Amino acid sequence: MQTTEQVVPIRTPEAALEGEIVRVINPDGSTREETDPKLPAEKVVALYRAMVRTRIIDEQLVKLQRQGRIGFHIGSLGEEACIIGSAAAMREDDWILPCYREFGALLLRGFPLQSYVDNMYGNCDDQVKGRQMPDHYTSRKDHFGSVSSPIGTQITQAVGLGWAARAKGKDEAVGVYFGEGATSSNDFHAGLNFGGVYKAPVVFLCRNNRWAISVPSERQTASRTFAEKAVAYGIRGVRCDGNDLLATYRTVRDAVERASRGEGPTLVEMLTYRLGGHSTSDDPRAYRVQDEVERWERTDPMIRTRRHLDQLGVWSDAQETQLRDETLAELRGCIQRAEAKDPPELDSIFDEVFEERPWHLEEQREQMLAGPRTIKHH
Amino acid sequence: MPEMNLVQAINLALKQEMRRDEDVVLLGEDVGKVGGVFRVTQGLYDEFGEDRVLDTPLAETGIIGAAIGMALYGLRPVPEIQFADFIFPAFDQIVSEAAKFRYRSGGEYTVPMVIRSPVGGGIRGGHYHSQSPESLFIHTAGLTVVCPSNPYDAKGLLTSSIRTNDPVLFFEPKRVYRAVKMEVPEEEYTIPIGKAKVVREGEHVTCIAWGAMLFEALSSAQELEAKGVEVEVIDLRTLWPVDIETIVESVKRTGRVVVVHEAPKACGFGAELISLIMEKAFLHLEAPPVRVTGWDTPFPYTLENEYLPLQHRITPALLETAQY
Repeated sequence: MQTTEQVVPIRTPEAALEGEIVRVINPDGSTREETDPKLPAEKVVALYRAMVRTRIIDEQLVKLQRQGRIGFHIGSLGEEACIIGSAAAMREDDWILPCYREFGALLLRGFPLQSYVDNMYGNCDDQVKGRQMPDHYTSRKDHFGSVSSPIGTQITQAVGLGWAARAKGKDEAVGVYFGEGATSSNDFHAGLNFGGVYKAPVVFLCRNNRWAISVPSERQTASRTFAEKAVAYGIRGVRCDGNDLLATYRTVRDAVERASRGEGPTLVEMLTYRLGGHSTSDDPRAYRVQDEVERWERTDPMIRTRRHLDQLGVWSDAQETQLRDETLAELRGCIQRAEAKDPPELDSIFDEVFEERPWHLEEQREQMLAGPRTIKHH
Repeated sequence: MPEMNLVQAINLALKQEMRRDEDVVLLGEDVGKVGGVFRVTQGLYDEFGEDRVLDTPLAETGIIGAAIGMALYGLRPVPEIQFADFIFPAFDQIVSEAAKFRYRSGGEYTVPMVIRSPVGGGIRGGHYHSQSPESLFIHTAGLTVVCPSNPYDAKGLLTSSIRTNDPVLFFEPKRVYRAVKMEVPEEEYTIPIGKAKVVREGEHVTCIAWGAMLFEALSSAQELEAKGVEVEVIDLRTLWPVDIETIVESVKRTGRVVVVHEAPKACGFGAELISLIMEKAFLHLEAPPVRVTGWDTPFPYTLENEYLPLQHRITPALLETAQY
């Protein structure tokens, strides 16, 4: 059994950055020549804007949940760089299969904020018709998967999806997200194994945010790193600083290009930290020390990316304030509209279980419509 | 018209659908070069190649997870689970993912996939090569469950299943694989999902069965004919959504019903069938509905014929019900 003394050093940001880890942005905001993806400044600004938006929306949704106006939120506080950086590195036609913490990636793909907020409310305009908890979104037109709560199930699906795209002669890779906890799941093993055997065009995107609800990453595995698991599957494994926007972008873009060239999958371990709880249903004070959180707050990806923009001289406090005000105003508008909308149609419960409604669902639908009504919906 | 057994009929349906639609792909353990442990996919690897018939690593969750991914993209995968007893590693993918994709994505994603798997006992397979897990899947909203009893139905039902835009579990009674031969048209045809077949008409008692047990029910019906009891035998063919009309119409006429299945009794599909009959035909019943099923035990090896609801148990149940 590991002692507390052994556990704590592994958990520090400094320890995370030992070994071969792709990094681009130095703590002072300057970049390393050898790894810098050399994105145009306006692209970096656009990605930073997406990170700021993600952070603001996250904070507001937590408040909304605390006020009892939405039932649940699962966010990405502290993981914005690895989510935005990796999603941006996927090409337009590439597919993203989400875990459940990647609403930032969904919005980056152009999914309207209003639709996302409608999903938080499960109202009549919710893309998935109020059938799932908040943050369980879908957008096929954006080549974005469907969130489900079971852990790791999307990993094997990503392999099949990528295999199918290649079989149809399409140059479309798949980026599939999961936390480090999911590396313990059956589907992680089967997915990486199948991916290796079929050389599927897949990038396995492991957000190592150190915590799977209350279980620390060193309790998920006795491996020294998560990336090294790739070795046993005969695929490439790399680690990058997940709090470094450009390192994440660079690493994932390389992996996408390899996949596209037919060189098979890559397991990318993105080293980051879950600054918030697992979800609004979780209080992390019950299992981790504040000191650890504070150390990671000093490596907050927002701070480092901002320092880089300052070095480039392409961003100002005034722009930041304006972005903040605009995002808050847009979100407020979306929330007001979402709250005013009706719940989904009653009998939509019985739609899309199958392509056509069979007799038993027809019968139950009629029974429900003719029967007593509950008064309250979410 | 050529004579075929169940294996040949299923093989022909797969071949014809693969020729008709290049999006149909097969995957599973040993389905490729060797043509499956029961040889159901024999020759397909040679005709269609390794990109249409995939030998997979030995992991059911990988087979079904990957098949779902293929289906999400737009293919029509037909994964094989070598024995239904080995389907459980993939249970999460089937019930949490395949069954729910259409619903949970608001209709944006669908999973047109047919999971083929041999079921049932009577082949000296012991506990892990004999079970009938159909009710676990019937219980899950979003799944269609098919179980043909004979080569003709199997070919038409498999063709329909592959053309269905939702996940289908296609259970093949392995005891029948090579035991029954009948005339099967070589040309394409379909049998609609959700339609049962009255395979023997009778006015005294209705017997509902499917898969391998259908032949036991028919033997019992034949046996009872000599005693003046006319048994109506219904082959469900599609278990879910079940053809309730055919069942209710028959039971209203006979007033008596016996359900036969290999799976254990508790929460077996017979329980659901009898509940539906009680809801829809209670006032027509002349006798308590009866289940003749596998026992609520694990599936035994040496004593499997004592476990299975064979003719020796079906005949007295039908007689008692008819004379009640």
